[in-house]
Amino acid sequence: MDKFAPVTRSEDGQPVRYLIVDDSVFARKNLARMVETFGGQVVGEAGDGVSAISEYERVKPDIVLMDITMPQMEGIEAAEKIVRDHPSARIVMVSSVGYQENIVAALQRGARHFVQKPVKPEVLYEVIKYVMRDDARGAGAGA
Amino acid sequence: MRMDLIQPFINSADAVLAQGLESPISIENLSMEEEAYRRKGVAAEVFLTGEIEGRIIFDVDLGAAVQLASRLAGVEVSETDENLVREAVCELANQIIGNAITTLNDQGFHFHVRPPTLHTSEQGSKSSEDTEAVVMVFNTATGNVFMNVALRHHCPGTLERAAVAG
Repeated sequence: MDKFAPVTRSEDGQPVRYLIVDDSVFARKNLARMVETFGGQVVGEAGDGVSAISEYERVKPDIVLMDITMPQMEGIEAAEKIVRDHPSARIVMVSSVGYQENIVAALQRGARHFVQKPVKPEVLYEVIKYVMRDDARGAGAGA
Repeated sequence: MRMDLIQPFINSADAVLAQGLESPISIENLSMEEEAYRRKGVAAEVFLTGEIEGRIIFDVDLGAAVQLASRLAGVEVSETDENLVREAVCELANQIIGNAITTLNDQGFHFHVRPPTLHTSEQGSKSSEDTEAVVMVFNTATGNVFMNVALRHHCPGTLERAAVAG
């Protein structure tokens, strides 16, 4: 895997803390491996939208990487609920289902960005850098 | 079966497998199948509902599935890591089917997809006249990957009429 310059929190230079939400253990492992190459730290994982909300409350991550199609509660609904309670939450949707309606719905409900699977590390890296920029905070739909 | 519904799945499998395995992919065979589906290796199944309805089975020979899992995980995976191998096949199915669905939705077809589930029975249901399956065999550097697609398209207004009648 490529080498990436570490992405850190601008306020204290500490590693970015991630919550990874995907119903596939395999996908979570892959994303965890990727963000660790960006210098990040995985502080929580969840396999559905309901668990994602409780994990968010528990670990208060800097970024959530959220799948869309999941059992119990889908990712877009979970993102909306998290952002409603935590307007500064940075949520990046990561899904293989990337049609326009889905992307627009996710961004309208508070996600900052969208990355389509299969995830290319260099694409995710640029998105992480973008959403961690201070001027991206509160920007809503993102780029 | 309408080939315009199938083509996005072929394109998506080609792209996702080539990226995942970092090697070229070729379609070895494409056929229509009316007989009941018989599982060949580690298989995942996805159901679609809505304007396009049916199911897609993504089936990988065990040896090839282990190789796929190892390539995708970036670590050596053995046959005894059954969960990881199954997860890898489910995730590949998710990516291939998700990308195809993206194309179909952007072409104006509206439907919903459920998360992939493992297809564990040896045999699936027999295809019916309107859900005849198309079976594709993708030849990869690490073995064959089978994709069995059985879909039907509801003509515009069919669902609404069914809802009124029902």
